[in-house]
This record gives sequence, C-alpha cells and structure tokens, in this order.
Amino acid sequence: MKGFWTVCKRELKAYFATPLAYVFLVIFLFFSSYLTFKRGFYEIGQADMYLFFSNLPLLFVFMVPSTAMRLWAEERRSGSIELLMSLPITVTQAVLGKFVAAWLFIGIALALTFPMPLTVCYLGNPDIGSIITGYIGSFLMAGAFLAIGCFFSALTKSQVISFILSVVACAALVYAGMPTTLDYLSTFLPSSMLDAVESISLQTHFESLQRGVLEFKDLSYFVLLIVGWVIGCGIVLDERKAA
Amino acid sequence: MIIVKELRRRFGAIVAVDGISFQANKGDVLGFLGPNGAGKTTAMRMVACFLAPDSGTATVCGHDIINDSIEVRKSLGYLAEHAPAYGEMTVGSFLGFICDARQIKGKTRKEAIERIVALSAIESVYHQTIETLSKGYKRRVGLAQALIHDPPVLILDEPTDGMDPNQKHDVRELITTMAKDKCIVISTHILEEVDAVCNRAIIIESGRILVDSTPEKLKQQYNTGLDEIFRRITKRKAS
Repeated sequence: MKGFWTVCKRELKAYFATPLAYVFLVIFLFFSSYLTFKRGFYEIGQADMYLFFSNLPLLFVFMVPSTAMRLWAEERRSGSIELLMSLPITVTQAVLGKFVAAWLFIGIALALTFPMPLTVCYLGNPDIGSIITGYIGSFLMAGAFLAIGCFFSALTKSQVISFILSVVACAALVYAGMPTTLDYLSTFLPSSMLDAVESISLQTHFESLQRGVLEFKDLSYFVLLIVGWVIGCGIVLDERKAA
Repeated sequence: MIIVKELRRRFGAIVAVDGISFQANKGDVLGFLGPNGAGKTTAMRMVACFLAPDSGTATVCGHDIINDSIEVRKSLGYLAEHAPAYGEMTVGSFLGFICDARQIKGKTRKEAIERIVALSAIESVYHQTIETLSKGYKRRVGLAQALIHDPPVLILDEPTDGMDPNQKHDVRELITTMAKDKCIVISTHILEEVDAVCNRAIIIESGRILVDSTPEKLKQQYNTGLDEIFRRITKRKAS
C-alpha cells in the first residue's frame, strides 16, 4: 500500500512538473466547452448536459491516450524503470500507482469543467442526478481508456507507437457502437452478432449512464475493461520490463 | 552476504550470463571485470531483482532473489548503469521520493538526506532538476539514491563512469571508507579502479567466470600489471 502511494504521488506530481498537465487541461477544457456550444447548446433550449457528455467519447479517444502514453514507455526509454524496480515496490503497486495517478489527473480535468453544470443550473432546472451519473460515466470511460493506454505504453519504448495503438483500440470501442457502424454491420451480420458488437461498444454503456440510468451491467462493463487491461499491463511489464 | 548459484540468463539466441556462481562477504569489495557485452550488467541486474534469471538463484543477506525479492531490494543499494533517475524532478524531491519508497520517515529521513547530500557532495545542485545536471553529478545523485538507506550490500554498475578525476577519487575514497562493514560489488572496465578499491576481482567473459581471485594474487601470478593480465585472460578465451 505504501509503495502504491509513493508511485502515485510521484506520478501525479510529474504531470504538473512538465507543461503536459497545463497543455492538456487547457485544450481539454477549451474543446469540451467549445464543441458543446458549437453543437447548439443554446439553440436546443434544454437545461441539460447531454451535448457536453456526448462529445466526451471522441475527445477522450485522443486526449486520454496522450496522458497514458508516457506512463511506462518513457520510463523504459529513459531506463528509470530499472531504478523503480530496484526499490522495494512490487510491479502491482507500481502499475496501480501509475494508473491511479493518471486517473486522478483526468479526474481533475473533469472537475475543472464545473462551470458547465453551474451554467446549466443557472439557466434552468436540470436533472442533477443525470449530471452526476454523466460525470461518473465520463470518469469510468476515462479509466477504461487509460487502462488501454497503460497497457500499450508498457508494450513499447516509443511513446508515439503507444499513443497510436491506444487511439486505435479506444476508437474501435467507441465506433463499434455508432449507429453508422451498426447499420453497416447489420447488412451482413446476424442480429445476435450485432447485439454482441453493440454491447462490446463503449457507446451504449456510456449513453445509458449519461441518461441517468445506473445499471449493474454498465458499471461492470467499465470495471471489467479497467481491471482486464490493467492486469494485462502488469503481465506485460513483468515479462518485458528489461527488454 | 551475497551468494550467487549458477545464475543463467539468455536473450533470444544470446546467452548473456552462463551459469555464474560466486560468494561475497562483509568487507569484500568485489570488482566485476570483463569486456563490453561480457554479461556484467545482466548479472548485476539479476542480483538486484530487476531481471529474473532463467535458472539458478542468488541470495542477498539470506533472502532469495526470486521468492523474497522485496526483502532483497530493501537490503540492497543499487546504482544501475547510466544512473537512471527522473529527469523532471529536482535532486531534493527525487531523494524525497526514494525515502518514501524505502519508508524512511520523520527524523531519520531528515538525517538520512542531510548525511547523503554531504557524503555525495550534491549540496550545490540540490534544487536543480536532474535533467540539467552534468553526467558526473547525475551519477552522484544515483549514488546518493543507492546509499540513502545505508544498505549492508551495495551493487554499483560503473559508478565512476563520466566523472572527472577529482570526482573519481572522491567516490573511490567513499567506497573504501564504507568497505569494512558492507559488501560491495562494483562493475568496471577501468582497471586502475580495481587496484585502488577492490580486494577481490572476478573476470567474466561471454557470461562465464574466468578468474575469481584478488588483484594482488593475480599480479603475483602473472607478474605484470592488471591491464596486461586482463588482456591476456580475455584474449586467450577469445582465440
């Protein structure tokens, strides 16, 4: 437990020691609000955050891997992994520490979008519950993308390769559930397979959370994704930390 | 304090370490010599629990490197080749991180940091970020990191590489003063260093131990300097 916090604290500080954190925060906050207003936040005339949350999957596809890519790739390229692994810290503690640090960082980014719910509350009487579940969903989605990013970051020494692979993996999860993709797939896939594709996709699970529906199957979907990819990351690291 | 038994490790088709065994006790300063690619670093990495051996094992202070690796790492100070560190951290926060990881807290922590900063002469760069330091200073920070918990066993992979003559002299003196109540393993290919600090020498080539002796005995046996001995032994093997 001690080792976990040590790694987590160092990693979180490392984000703010470089311009990465500030660049990320500014760009994320700008685009998350810009897209919301551009897609007609005022024109719709509804006091809810549907537009805001519906932008997040695509925004996260690019932005979350950019925070995850350095986690292990950088450590391996600079050789500091040898230092980390010669300290009395287990691989599990290190993997979890880094993952949670990155997740907390995304949490900070999400928390900084607070003017959005405040605006909605000021303009009307929104359903607070659905805003909260929307945030929970966004946070879980970010966690899932981060876990994927961690895994690919552990796989290679190159941050660029890890970024590209995780963007592709995350995009596949998002696009699998897009209506256009499903329409296309329905032309040749049997409906049972189509259902499988749809339930693998992140989109459906995220949307139901965003509507304020807190269901076990959606939560377990995200938890499974996170746990699976983080365990994968641990296995890869154990095998290849010195390679 | 270090017992190495038949350690073996291969990378694909290359056998990096091919069944080496040796022992080192308290008071030993063991020089680990060999040409480039002889397997020095791989052997040290296995003892420092960074790399798992394919077969064989080792114990450090009675703890097995495979089954009890956390205990091994607690009793070990390890300076890896090129002295890796987190470049974006300042020297002070880096040492703080090491203290956290080694669970050095409260009063002992303050004392440990003060002691180590003076010992490795890094006061002047304490507030500088590590990536801005020169090679020699980086290595001293690495040394500070390895010594901060005053470990009974030290493994140093080319500790004086990149240092100027004065710094080299200081580090050698530091090693000599610590030698009597620690067990120290140093890898190097600077043979004058072996003469200066080591009381044992192991020469390895292609992953095998060719010689396990002391610098004095070697010099008596071959009746020449260590440089010449090193050349003869490693070349004889190659031909």
